[in-house]
Amino acid sequence: MQSATEGTPLLKTVGLTKVFGEVKACNAIDLSIAPGEIHALLGENGAGKSTLVKMMFGVLDPSEGEILWKGEPVRIGSPGEARRLGIGMVFQHFSLFEALTAAENIALVLEEKTPISKIADTARKLSVEYGLPLDPHAMVGDLSVGERQRIEIIRCLLQKPDLIILDEPTSVLTPQEANKMFETLERLKAEGKSILYISHRLDEVKRLCDTATVLRHGQVVGHCVPRDETSSSLANMMVGSDVETVKREGAAPVFGKPLIEIRNLERPPATPFSIPLRGIDLTVRAGEIVGIAGVAGNGQGEFFEAVSGEATQKRADIVSLNGQDCGDKGISGRRLLGVGFAPEERLGHGAVPSLPLSENMLLSRHQTDRRSMLGPFGFVKNAAVRSAAKRVIGEMDVRKTAEDPEAAALSGGNLQKYLIGRELDRQPAVMIVDQPTWGVDAGAAARIRKALIALARSGSAVLVISQDLDELFEISDSIAVMHDGRLSEPVPIAEATYEKIGLLMGGAEPGHMAFAGVKEEAGA
Amino acid sequence: MRIELIKRPQQSALFSAVSPLLALALTVVAGFIIFSALGKPPIEALYIYFIEPLSETWQLHELAIKAAPLIMIAVGLSVCYRSNNWNIGAEGQFIIGGIAGSLIPILMPGFQNFLTLPLMLLFGFIGGAAMGAIPALLKTRFNTNEILTSLMLVYVAQLLLDWLARGVFRDPNGNNFPGSIRFPSAARLPEIIPSQGSAHLGIVLAIVAAVIVWVMMKYLLRGFEVKVLGGSPRAGRFAGFSSSKMVFFAFILSGGLAGLAGISEVSGAIGQLRETISPGYGFAAIIVAFLGRLNPLGAIAAGFVLALTYLGGEGAQMSLGISDKVARVFQGLLLFFVLGCDTLIHYRIRLVFGDPVKASR
Repeated sequence: MQSATEGTPLLKTVGLTKVFGEVKACNAIDLSIAPGEIHALLGENGAGKSTLVKMMFGVLDPSEGEILWKGEPVRIGSPGEARRLGIGMVFQHFSLFEALTAAENIALVLEEKTPISKIADTARKLSVEYGLPLDPHAMVGDLSVGERQRIEIIRCLLQKPDLIILDEPTSVLTPQEANKMFETLERLKAEGKSILYISHRLDEVKRLCDTATVLRHGQVVGHCVPRDETSSSLANMMVGSDVETVKREGAAPVFGKPLIEIRNLERPPATPFSIPLRGIDLTVRAGEIVGIAGVAGNGQGEFFEAVSGEATQKRADIVSLNGQDCGDKGISGRRLLGVGFAPEERLGHGAVPSLPLSENMLLSRHQTDRRSMLGPFGFVKNAAVRSAAKRVIGEMDVRKTAEDPEAAALSGGNLQKYLIGRELDRQPAVMIVDQPTWGVDAGAAARIRKALIALARSGSAVLVISQDLDELFEISDSIAVMHDGRLSEPVPIAEATYEKIGLLMGGAEPGHMAFAGVKEEAGA
Repeated sequence: MRIELIKRPQQSALFSAVSPLLALALTVVAGFIIFSALGKPPIEALYIYFIEPLSETWQLHELAIKAAPLIMIAVGLSVCYRSNNWNIGAEGQFIIGGIAGSLIPILMPGFQNFLTLPLMLLFGFIGGAAMGAIPALLKTRFNTNEILTSLMLVYVAQLLLDWLARGVFRDPNGNNFPGSIRFPSAARLPEIIPSQGSAHLGIVLAIVAAVIVWVMMKYLLRGFEVKVLGGSPRAGRFAGFSSSKMVFFAFILSGGLAGLAGISEVSGAIGQLRETISPGYGFAAIIVAFLGRLNPLGAIAAGFVLALTYLGGEGAQMSLGISDKVARVFQGLLLFFVLGCDTLIHYRIRLVFGDPVKASR
């Protein structure tokens, strides 16, 4: 067995091509993954990474080319066949049923019939082992993005595959959890398993991966050994031009009057699985960017809903935006105060997937731009709406295939640029963003971050909720951490370290032993 | 070989517009085959089914009479379904509208002037809307399933009408037959062209309603709200739209239009309140709404088509001796072809021959 696979790659693609309409999403991809290696797949959004791995996993049928598994040509007709061969995958867009529990979702993909209770036990054991805490009986619909990803990872590991395809697995983990995850991956590698690792985090790729394949516009632009490259050389390969690194000005900016004030915000859990908010206090001043870090599912979603006014408060003075108490106002009322919001989920929350971009412009601006976009009886002035959409598309460099495509037809990065641009176009005095660059390619992410910084420099208050610590360290003036529905004191960026924030994300309170230890270290 | 459906990046506006006509043509072709298989002369049978009911002016009036309530109800339902609320009880709202509008001529027979008819129509709308508001209230307050509650209320309405027509509202001079007094002419919806046939203003009202609702759906913020909340409730909440208000709006609009259709039928086609006033228009209108692809203007065409299949079925039974169940067959075929055409407008078929890669296990 060992001798048979010696020298032959575990998986090899030869001229693999996928055509959608006239577009070649993947164009003659050659790639080979050796047994026991961690192979990185790099590329901007829309570069064809997802299409490529979907063909490997039997979700899409290749238009041309072939896949060799352990040296033999195979046709992978379905994910079930892929699993039987020994390929497991964790999707970027999760393939889970919301109305089922975590354990039931896992049971769905298992070949043999195992009682749910046994699956739940195994899943719980695995989740503890790999540091991915999970309640197997929780309803998926009530879970956050991060928690859903944990189910996917555990579901994949349960099947003991030879090749594991991971699509941005660490983007919702704390640094400590990510480290644990890397240990897991190293262990799987030591067991002789191969891993295809898709990530935008170049540092991670450099640290973890043995080899890398870089895609651009559906073509392979290079194979390399990430350890021999620098982050910027990798980024250049991906983007094809120099990526602007986002830099904050050296001098600490002077902040103005408070524009976001949250006073002892409490919120009981809306569903049995949601996190209650407990006594949250927060102030963001004009010109300031405050980042809220935290592991997914610690109340960030609930917090965003409460601040945006999708869930209102009993008293007006609990939330004050742009100098006015508005806790009792809904989201439209808060927008009218000059506040812009961008939620975590792009499709189905920030945008209606089936509506064109122009109509999605109206979604968040039908009240704020009432004068220009609506006529008598609520007649929609299509010309005004379209020209606003066009302006945002130009301003944020949104790349699209049709004149006015459905929101669902855009790649994640491009849609996110549009949705952020939709709010920035109004020059909001306060901007509140949840996960601004989740699943967004490096170029688009840099663009979005730059825009947020520019907004703050122009005198607006910006609140960014993110699970991407690199991002928060890059743009924030101070970082607060959300854990179990509580929000820590903001840590000024000059005093913030990954360890310190990471410990807060794990639930350590200031004054706690472990925290004190790190504080001393950091001070020393 | 496999068949793949690939989503088209943009739909052809032309084919979206002619899709119902295409479906109709395909239905005729299928009808040709069916009649041949039944041993009937297919051309003649198709003629009897589809053309003869349209050959004389009075028959066109009959068609309009049948189409009017179907269109009026389907217009409301198309908005309701677009907003992802499932009102299955239009039949009941139709009946309650008929009863509410009839209160004026039955309880105040002396009140006969130019206000009588508008007031009756208003009462009809309010009655249907109130009936529609019940499942909306139950849904928003107690989270009940509106499909079940609206459907069950149909039986309440039917029994209420039966009791009224046989009991308290029965015409004392009617020789004990069930049914109210015959409405005076001030309470009758006038015929459009009395010299040619019996079609009443109901069809005009239905078309006006369709156009108004179409404008709302296409150009007004309210129509946008319907689409957003129907397509993506969470995005609707992000937009600041209230989904519980939308439940009420959808049910009140669709119930109100059903009620208006009900009183139009009673004061136009029937002329008195009887123990049954609908041969199932409220249910048939569900098909009309979907045939019209949930577009109010589409409902106009679909309403006429469905009315024609009814008339054609009757004709085929009389002239050819075919069971009038053939009407159901044609309605089914039509639905099938319309949905098929719609699918092909949104998706492209790709045939995948052979395997690009040889299988090995």
